[in-house]
Amino acid sequence: MLLQTIAFYTLAITAVTAALLVVAARNPVRSVMWLILTFFSAAGLFVLIGAEFLAMLLVVVYVGAVAVLFLFVVMMLDVDFVELKQGFLQYLPLGALIALILAAELVFVGVGRTALGGGAEGVFGAGANAGAASNIEAIGEVLYDRYVYFFQAAGLILLVAMIGAIVLTLRHRENVKRQNIADQVARRRKDAVTLVDPQPGEGI
Amino acid sequence: MDVATLLGDLRLAAPELTLAGGAMALLMVGVLFGERLQIIASVALALAVTLGAGLALASSSAFGEDGGANLFAFAATGLASLIAFLGARPAGPINGAAASFLVAAGALAIIPAPEGVEAAFNGAFAVDGLSSFAKVVIALSGAASLVMAARYLVGERLAKFEFSVLVMLAVMGMLMMVSARDLIALYIGLEMQSLALYVLAAFNRDSVRASEAGLKYFVLGALSSGLLLYGSSLIYGFTGSTQFVEIAAAVGEEPSIGLLFGLVFLMCGVAFKISAAPFHMWTPDVYEGAPTPVTALFSAAPKMAAMVLFARALYEPFPEIAADWRQIIMALAALSMAVGSFGALAQRNIKRLMAYSSIGNMGFALVALSAGTREGLEGLLIYMTIYLVSTTGIFACILAMRRREGMVEKIEDLAGLSRSHPGLAVAMTMLLFSVAGIPPLAGFFGKFFAFLPAAEAGLWPLVIFAVVMSVVSAFYYLRLIRLMWFDQPAQPLVAAPRELGFIAGLSAFAMFPLFIAPFVAAPGRALVETAAGALF
Repeated sequence: MLLQTIAFYTLAITAVTAALLVVAARNPVRSVMWLILTFFSAAGLFVLIGAEFLAMLLVVVYVGAVAVLFLFVVMMLDVDFVELKQGFLQYLPLGALIALILAAELVFVGVGRTALGGGAEGVFGAGANAGAASNIEAIGEVLYDRYVYFFQAAGLILLVAMIGAIVLTLRHRENVKRQNIADQVARRRKDAVTLVDPQPGEGI
Repeated sequence: MDVATLLGDLRLAAPELTLAGGAMALLMVGVLFGERLQIIASVALALAVTLGAGLALASSSAFGEDGGANLFAFAATGLASLIAFLGARPAGPINGAAASFLVAAGALAIIPAPEGVEAAFNGAFAVDGLSSFAKVVIALSGAASLVMAARYLVGERLAKFEFSVLVMLAVMGMLMMVSARDLIALYIGLEMQSLALYVLAAFNRDSVRASEAGLKYFVLGALSSGLLLYGSSLIYGFTGSTQFVEIAAAVGEEPSIGLLFGLVFLMCGVAFKISAAPFHMWTPDVYEGAPTPVTALFSAAPKMAAMVLFARALYEPFPEIAADWRQIIMALAALSMAVGSFGALAQRNIKRLMAYSSIGNMGFALVALSAGTREGLEGLLIYMTIYLVSTTGIFACILAMRRREGMVEKIEDLAGLSRSHPGLAVAMTMLLFSVAGIPPLAGFFGKFFAFLPAAEAGLWPLVIFAVVMSVVSAFYYLRLIRLMWFDQPAQPLVAAPRELGFIAGLSAFAMFPLFIAPFVAAPGRALVETAAGALF
């Protein structure tokens, strides 16, 4: 129990500090790096409450894809960040107010659930290991078994979106060499090779 | 779910699987193969799926043990598939194969579910008389729209195989919609259909008007999906389930205000899709901007799918609070009829005119839905089927409006059609008379069966209003007929392709109940009764 408590506080403090530094860092690339650290700490917190699948998703999807995408955008767009930061003090009161409201909501949720009898673990450990099955088994049960129809149909919708994007945007330009596999396979020797019989002492 | 259950469920979803698998196979054929291999592969695929569907239909319990009937079912599937293939062939072999696939899906939809089974995939996917009836109509309508599109696509340099693949996927979405028995299934089917249709609306990507139509349709469609999702989440929140059966069990006599809010949002979302006023704003612009065969598709199959989905989503989970949703349906119906009838009066573009006509027709169909009875559902199915046949025929005539320099779509361009193309003019006149509801034609009976249940349910003001609006709408149909028969011809149109003449003639012929009544009326009536019985 002690080890868990230590791990929780370490991860939580890291997460909050890193989140603060995301906002405070002057260099946007560093902000993204701090964001990645926040994600990792949050993933650690998920592991602590027994949601190992969510932790994995967070690392794979957010760190692996979203954060890298942010990095691309930040590095490619030539945004003048000094100019962006100029209004910082001006908007500070409004930002602080919104932060306060969010914090109050969080407290209300926690207090409300506890008052309703859910207890603290009802909020924070929300049924992470409800049955005997592991997280991944439980999700697989729902996604690939109970809702297999929806899952497959959603995949087909993505296929439609892909076809649509290609139909509406792909242009075949003239004079662009592209590979035609059927042509390559159908090529015969007589199309490609000609036998010439050069006379001695002459070129072709 | 064990393997046996899964296989059983997949068998029930055979039409959808045929279309999904077919769309992917044809996509591969189109992307990977050269011209000659495409022809071979398309013919082989079409042949295989037609034979498979025909055999499955003939050996199923749909026609009992009667050998003659089974042989007839097999031959009819094969013949329809062949006609569809040849009709859609001008735009490329893949289009032909796609039309065959649609016919095969329609044939597979006839196969009834085994006794006692009414839902697959844990109750999310209904297989009953209603879904079978709607699926056959929708699949055949989709095949007809591919046939109608073929020459147009070639003429406008749009003949790409993706067109037919998208139509197949859109039709698959519609089939999923009519089988939806769960809020998630409803939404997924609707999105599948809509997403493919957005792309089809903008298919002529070099045309500014088509791009505008696609974008407008997409933005407004996304908004309506948002409304629908919000409503669904409220319904889920207040009943604790997404399945229609369980929602019905949770809804009491006194629904909570949150549930009613959810229901209203859900109905707004679906009303968007059937272009019922006041959610009709996108319709004229999209109909006008989209390529004409795509407009023909828009005005036919998706309407049937959305109407059946509307009926199922109201009758199955919310029978207890029929009095509450009936008011909304009545308001939608009255507004749609008024907007459709008066809006069409001032139109000069025939596609815009048809847009308002379809808004008005949705209003008439909603009158039947508002009755909330079994007869009302029967009336809805009869009305929608007749509407689908006649609108397909009218669009076949509109697609035949081609001059030497290109397509024309002003209503004045129809002037003097009776002299230049008497056959086409006669077909168009019959179809327009029918849509207007002139007595001996099928459209009159459609309206009769749609209004009668509402009158029996005591909704007299709505029925009287519907009849008045029907008279107003007859005015602009008659104006078209006057133009065709009594005005001097402007420039003559070029001769219509055979497929369009065939479709226009066939649907005009279908408008004569006296000719076809003995063969169709009794079995058709029985079919509709079984279909409507699925929800009662």
